Formats: sequence, structure tokens, C-alpha cells
Amino acid sequence: MAAVGKGTVDGMVKKILNSGVKGWLYLLPALIFLGVFMVYPLIDVLIYSLEEGYNSASQTYQGMGGYNYSYVLHDPYFLQAVKNTFLLVIITVPLSTGIALLIALGLHSIRPLRELLQTVYFLPYVTNTLAVGMVFMILFKKTEYSDGFINLLITWFGGNSVDFIDGPYWAKMVVLCLYTIWVVMPFKILILTSALASVNPDYYRAARVDGTSGFRIFVRITLPMISPMIFYLVITGFIGAFKAYSDVVALFGTDLNAAGMNTIVGYVYDMLYGDSGGYPSFASAAAVILFAIVFTITCINLLVSDRKLRY
Amino acid sequence: MERKTDYEKIEKTAKTRAAAVRIITYAFLAVWALIVLFPFYWMILTSLKSYGAYNSEFIPKLYTLSPTLENYADAFTAVSLGRYLLNTLLFTVATTAVMLIVITLAAFAFARLEFKGKNAAFVLFLSMMMIPNELVIITNYITITNLNMRNTFAGLILPSVTSVFYLYLLKENFEQIPDNLYYAAKVDGTSDFKYLMRVMIPISKPTLVTVTILKVIECWNSYVWPRLITDDPRYYLVSNGIQEIRENGFGRENIPAMMAAVVVISAPLIVLFLIFRNKVMEGVSRGGTKG
Repeated sequence: MAAVGKGTVDGMVKKILNSGVKGWLYLLPALIFLGVFMVYPLIDVLIYSLEEGYNSASQTYQGMGGYNYSYVLHDPYFLQAVKNTFLLVIITVPLSTGIALLIALGLHSIRPLRELLQTVYFLPYVTNTLAVGMVFMILFKKTEYSDGFINLLITWFGGNSVDFIDGPYWAKMVVLCLYTIWVVMPFKILILTSALASVNPDYYRAARVDGTSGFRIFVRITLPMISPMIFYLVITGFIGAFKAYSDVVALFGTDLNAAGMNTIVGYVYDMLYGDSGGYPSFASAAAVILFAIVFTITCINLLVSDRKLRY
Repeated sequence: MERKTDYEKIEKTAKTRAAAVRIITYAFLAVWALIVLFPFYWMILTSLKSYGAYNSEFIPKLYTLSPTLENYADAFTAVSLGRYLLNTLLFTVATTAVMLIVITLAAFAFARLEFKGKNAAFVLFLSMMMIPNELVIITNYITITNLNMRNTFAGLILPSVTSVFYLYLLKENFEQIPDNLYYAAKVDGTSDFKYLMRVMIPISKPTLVTVTILKVIECWNSYVWPRLITDDPRYYLVSNGIQEIRENGFGRENIPAMMAAVVVISAPLIVLFLIFRNKVMEGVSRGGTKG
């Protein structure tokens, strides 16, 4: 009797497991993490961004509405952050993609040293952004003890030395762009080199038999063949540059508003935390605005690439 | 006769042109290699200069004749660099391990098991891939603060585990394993879990390695979340540690010692990269995002 009972219980357990509960059991850990740290926060951030006059000490608010958005959009620090971020995006994305394409073409055309150079070019990817940013800071910084290495080069070539870290706005922007390009290049070079390697060599042979010039081969064969990858890099580049933050901290320290070099992401964190923090509602509104900007630009990019990719 | 010389001439100019193009290409590539390597050279060089020597150089020197290791000693004694490294190691290993378990189980469910609502769940996961971290970090910060988990490893690790993209990569890989293997195992009476452990994981080892490498790089460099969630230096990771060293480090602006710390922080990942060069590059081209 007992044995039969045990058998039926076992059978029932098996039946339940096989009916699909098992699938959900395997999924459970991932679902918990996803639910607690992604889905819930996503809904919550929208609510936060609409709660007016939120007090983080008592966790109360006065009402719902768009005030947080209008506050953020009128905050001069936010507008500065938007300006900095857009400048950074517009300068670094085309420049880094262009230089990466040139380098990838160069790498593709050589045989000796190729592996070594590829390894060297990849190094910035595996470095700590904060740590190496400090090296850039030292190279570009001008103190009373020393003009720094970059200024040494500039004066060599007959220019005037500038403090790139605490000096004029354009100088700070230059360092930031240079460092950003330095950091993002490995990924772009890697993607473009493998894209170039995957172009069918028969096309090149056919073109050469026809006596096509090198430039024409590039424009008519290479470029169309790798254009999907270029668009992919432009999109990821846009998204990455819009989220710039830790490289900026590495160069200019944590008080980015004082340096006038804050980015949108930096603004979000400053509102949330630190000396100027304690305003999760404003932080949420700014984060939602950031997401809206990135989303819009990604959509535009996709639409444009969709139209241009019919080769 | 004249025609022949013409050809020779053309051939010659073509040859010189090819050589010129080659030289320009190598020069250009060498310049970029120099730009990439120079900051590394500079940090090692500066870390070997003594404090006095560095500060007396109004015009920075490109070499040093009296290298010293005292800065490295300073970096480990004057500030708690050792602790930061240990924290980061613990954080990286724990986060990566938990993530691997979570995504392996989930990828198995998506790729192999049949159950109601599977497609809906998968669409939910996929849609989460588009959500930027910045959007959810605010609530996570408040959640962890309310749970009193600030300045704990649990608070650091738990929200860093979720990686929808790696789950997706692994699921794709699992799906490539032929169904016949699964049916054969079923006939032999192998349980699903055993099949996962004995067959699927060994077959998918390359992808698991790739995912691990990417996650390790991500963890080693993470800065924003640790900064939000820790203000007690005993829980700092290397990124926050180096920022702390920069702001109130050695009691004075001691750049050589700071550079020694930078070298120590940068070294582990670079060594890891040089050992697993192909794995890392393949992994990044499949799933890298930095850029």
C-alpha cells in the first residue's frame, strides 16, 4: 500500500515536472534577476520621473506630473551636459570610424607584422578606463612644475602651451575626444578587419583582370561589401558615445559640473548621488530623456542604413 | 625596340609606386601603434622614476637612468591597493560564476525544453537587451540602499549579474547541438540536468569561455555601480580605488606612485589578454560593445 502511494506521488511529481514547470524552474534564477534588477526598475524609473517634489528622506511626494522633466530641461548643467555629449558624439564617431577604416585597410594589405600590430591595436580594449585615463591626464596636464609631455611637443613645433585639463573649454574637449577615440578604436579596428577579410577574393581578382584601379575597387567593391559593418559600428559608436562617463571622470575628476565637462550620464549620477545628489526624480527624468535621445538616433540610423544598404 | 623600353618604364614606375604605397602604409600603421603604446610606456616609465626626480623635471624626460621600485612599495603600503585588487578579484569571480550558472540554466530552458509561455518569456528577455543600464541603475541604487546592502559584496554583485546578451549568445550555441544527441540520451534514461552537464556544457565550452572573458573584462573595469554603492574604502574596487588615490591618495600629489598603482591595476587584464589573445578577440568581435 505504502509502496503504491509512493509510486503515485513520484508519478505525480514527474508529471508536473514534465508538464512544463521544469522549464520555468530552469528559467527561475534568470527571471528573478531580470525581474528585480531590470523589469521592475524600468517601470519604477518612469514612475519616479513623474513624481513631483519627491523627498528621499521620508519617501513621499506631492503629486504626479511633468515638472521633473521641465526642471531638468531648464537646468543649465543639463544643457551643458547635452552640449558636451553631442559635441563628443559628432566629433568622435565619424573620426574614429574613418581612422579605423584606414587602419583596417592598411592591416589588410600587409602580411608581415600583421598579427603583432593587431595585438598592439587591441590593447586599449583590455585596459581599465579610469586607470589609463589618468595617464592621459598627466600627459596633457600643465602644472607649475612642468608643462607636461604634450605641451612639450606643441612648443617644439612652435605652438603655445595650453592646460588641457583645467584650461579653456576647447582644449578640454580636444583631450576628451582624443581619449575617447583612443578607447573605442580597438573594437572598430577588429570589426572592420574581420569584415575586410570576409570579402570574397574572387571579386578583387575579377576587378584586377579588368584593370580596375585600386581606388575604384575600394569604392565599388570593398565599401559596399563592408557597409553593413560600418553602419553597425556607427550605431554602436553613437550609443557608446552618448553614454560617455567614466572616461570623462578619469580625465577631469568626479566634480564634472565644476569643470564644465559633464555628460548626460554624469548628470544622472550627480543628481542621484554625491555632493549634489539626493534627487532620484530628476535623475530619472534625465535618464528617460537620455534613453529617448539614444532610441531616436538609433532609429534614424537604422532607417538611413536601410535605404542605403540596397547594393 | 622603343616599345619594349616603354613597358619596362611602366613596370618600373608601377613597382616604385607599389613600394611607396607599402612604405606609407607601414608608416601610418606604425604611427598608430606608437599612439596606442605611448601611454603604456609613459605609465611604466613614470612609475619607475623617483618622486624627487619626477618633480624636478620641468621638461619631462623620455627615459630614466635610475629606475626605482619604491613607488610600487608605496602603492601597496601607503594606500590599500592590495585590498582594492582583492576586492575586485572577489567581485569579478563571484559575479562571473553566478552569471554563468544563471545563464546556462536559462539558455538550456530556452534551447532544449518545451513549456508553455516559452516564447513570451524569450521575447521579454530579448526586449531587455535594448534597455541601457543608465535607466535601471537609479531604482537599483534605491533598492540596494533600502535593503541595507550598501557597502556589501552582495550589493555589489547581485545587480551586476544580469547579462541578457550573453544568455542570448549561449542559447544560440545550445541550439546548434543536434537533437539526435538529446533523443539518444533520453532513450538511455539520462535526465535533462545530466544531459546539460555531460553533453551540452562540454560541447559549448568555447562559447562559455568567450562569455566568461567578456564578463571578466566588464567586471574588472566596472566603475559606476561600485561608485554608487560603496563609500567605504574597504569595499572599493580598483576603478574607485584609483579615483580615491587620485583625489586623496598619498597625502601629496605623488604622480609616480599613482602611476605604479595604474600599472598594477592594468597588468592583470593585459596578461590575461596576451595569454588568451585569440579567444578574447574572437569573443569581442562576437559580443563586444565597448565602442
